[in-house]
Amino acid sequence: MSNLIQLTNGAAHIVDNAWTLIKLPATQVEARKQAGKVVLFKLTGEKTVTETQVANTVIPANGKLIVPLTVLIARKAELQTRIDANEIGVWLDTHEVLETLIENQANLNALPLIAVHVERCADGRIFSLGVLLRTRYGFKNELRAIGDVLRDQLFFLKRSGFTSFAIRADRSATEAIASLNDFTQPYQGAVDEVRPAFTRYNRAG
Amino acid sequence: MYKYDEIDQRLVDERVTQYREQTRRYLAGELSEDEFRPLRLQNGLYIQRHAPMLRIAVPYGMLSSKQLRKLADIASRYDKAYGHFTTRQNIQLNWPKLEDVPDILAELATVEMHAIQTSGNCIRNITTDQFAGVAPDEVVDPRAMAEIIRQWSTFHPEFALLPRKFKIAVSGTKEDRAVVQMHDIGMEFYLDHHHKLAIKVWVGGGLGRTPILGTVIREHLEWQHALTYCEAIVRVYNLHGRRDNSYKARIKILVKALGIDAFKSQVEAEWAHLKDAPNTITEAELARVSPHFAPMPYLALADEDASFDVAIASNLGFAAWAKRNVHAHKVPGYRAVTLSLKPHGKPPGDATSAQMHSVADLADQYSFGELRVSHEQNLILADVKVSDLLSVWEKARANGLASPNIGLLTDIICCPGGDFCSLANAKSIPIAEAIQIQFDDLDYLHDIGNIELNISGCMNACGHHHVGHIGILGIDKDGSEWYQVSIGGSQGNHASLGSVIGPSFSADEMPSVVQKLIDVYLQERTAEEQFIDTVRRLGIAPFKAQVYGEKNSAQNEVAV
Ligand code: SF4
Repeated sequence: MSNLIQLTNGAAHIVDNAWTLIKLPATQVEARKQAGKVVLFKLTGEKTVTETQVANTVIPANGKLIVPLTVLIARKAELQTRIDANEIGVWLDTHEVLETLIENQANLNALPLIAVHVERCADGRIFSLGVLLRTRYGFKNELRAIGDVLRDQLFFLKRSGFTSFAIRADRSATEAIASLNDFTQPYQGAVDEVRPAFTRYNRAG
Repeated sequence: MYKYDEIDQRLVDERVTQYREQTRRYLAGELSEDEFRPLRLQNGLYIQRHAPMLRIAVPYGMLSSKQLRKLADIASRYDKAYGHFTTRQNIQLNWPKLEDVPDILAELATVEMHAIQTSGNCIRNITTDQFAGVAPDEVVDPRAMAEIIRQWSTFHPEFALLPRKFKIAVSGTKEDRAVVQMHDIGMEFYLDHHHKLAIKVWVGGGLGRTPILGTVIREHLEWQHALTYCEAIVRVYNLHGRRDNSYKARIKILVKALGIDAFKSQVEAEWAHLKDAPNTITEAELARVSPHFAPMPYLALADEDASFDVAIASNLGFAAWAKRNVHAHKVPGYRAVTLSLKPHGKPPGDATSAQMHSVADLADQYSFGELRVSHEQNLILADVKVSDLLSVWEKARANGLASPNIGLLTDIICCPGGDFCSLANAKSIPIAEAIQIQFDDLDYLHDIGNIELNISGCMNACGHHHVGHIGILGIDKDGSEWYQVSIGGSQGNHASLGSVIGPSFSADEMPSVVQKLIDVYLQERTAEEQFIDTVRRLGIAPFKAQVYGEKNSAQNEVAV
């Protein structure tokens, strides 16, 4: 059974996954994924993905694919007709720099799907990435959480703009659905409901 | 104080349900240890040396008598009939059972309390001045804004899993008592040239392994923007703070790595997008929350009271207490009172259930049913009539709450340390007790005067040792417990970090080390000087000479 939860107009359902996730081939280079981006890129100039990895990534000829950010950027020409056919989505890791996607794909909404991969469920960068994609960069299509996605983060992911959730394979998506609605009246405005409680309700009452 | 409406109540009720379910899944083996850890931590539950420790939120230190009675009952029922008040104005239970925590939370919810975000890598309890609303030097009562910030930070989806803990303090006084420079974000409220409420924002302060005082990131922020500006700061931190090394994960490290100017320009760039977003605080919201902190229905009284003057003149014990434990109040005829949780020879900050009940009674009878927790780990009755002070003293004394040592050497700030905390290098409570016993002479304590002695059991600095006039830090050397001493730290407007005086000491040596530091001060001080002033004037050399003079220091050398 599928482990993918999707929100459509606020209602959550378990749906079949139409997309194939394309991974980079393994590398010997050890990436410091948990270091902050500032430390990682701006100060040290370190990269986490090698050119060989990008070049060696196998892209199937058919079907809907979610390709790594680095592959989308480096092999865009090769992918362009399939992007135009709505067959290409992109995924990025929480330690990758969102701005590189924006710089290379001005029209984000040409992508039917963006996924953010979280390696450890306690990595909260995924929330800020979701918020930025939705509010700063105006992404309107499916935003998917993938990786170490567990039910206790679903409420926060939903509020940060995610609309689909690939629950980790060893856990039940059916049970996880309940946690999307752990709280009915959150205090602060966020992506799913931009108004904070104090403008949503007449609390003075 | 703030009273819940339906929205507040529903949120804490739903939290109980959520946490009960999480605990059930953990006990059923459906959640691994690693997966459950952030969930329980965000609910204040640590697994400690002997048992779990549950930290319960006391938002900006405000408690009602009803809430305190509930805490007393919970401590009796689920614990060993006492609680420990912390330097973050919260209360901890040291012995609850993991399986009982959902029930404890359900009980707390009945009195508008919870344990949300009292630990874990998220925005923690907002702290402020324990004399907020009654201090004569107050410019702005920051509690309404503290409550608005509390609500904003509660389950903020974007900031649910930060690189590390995140602490916000607010103050509104000329003389800072909320140590805003020691927090990840410090907000000092003031009235600007146009008499509008404004905020001076500090960022990147914190103690712990790398103590750093905060830097001003914005001199002037209009109050409406408090939440969106915090969002800009925390977003930059969430995305860029280090997650590979928990010792380097606090925002202070990021601010230092980037430099304040670069950090500030990133924050301002974020804020350009967030400014005026829906989380901008409305006049209506501030007007809704503010009346919860309206002045109490004070009587029009003379500031003097004849019976009080008589009692002071005739009762030495009462006079000593009034001198240390009674504080000025902005309304004539009223005073704030500190009930000491620092009796000599007992763990600092602990209160038994019986004591909590008696404090609740005192609050009901003499102080409009409310009280506060101070970051010095004492309890405050904020609104006591001068004419009632004698009765308050008598009742407090009968319950062991009237040690007249507030601000004196034995009013020690002390973390739970090795007796309870699994992170500790060394015990801290027995050191505090031994020092209290060494200095168990009240006249002598008064002669020594104002001094702050802070003890932490490890580098995490929960006992704020860096900012103690005398700071004591527990360290581990080959598996045994040693103590490093620093002097010259200070909180408040002239905050500074202490300097280590030299090699560390064993537990047995500590009372005499403190004695020697005090001896130097008493010998060298000018008429006006407090301990900290003498340290600042002379530097650490004479203190060091006295302490190490007669000691064979080679024998006890510890590399730290
Ligand atoms: S300072 Fe260290 S020993 Fe003391 S409570 Fe904090 S973590 Fe525990």
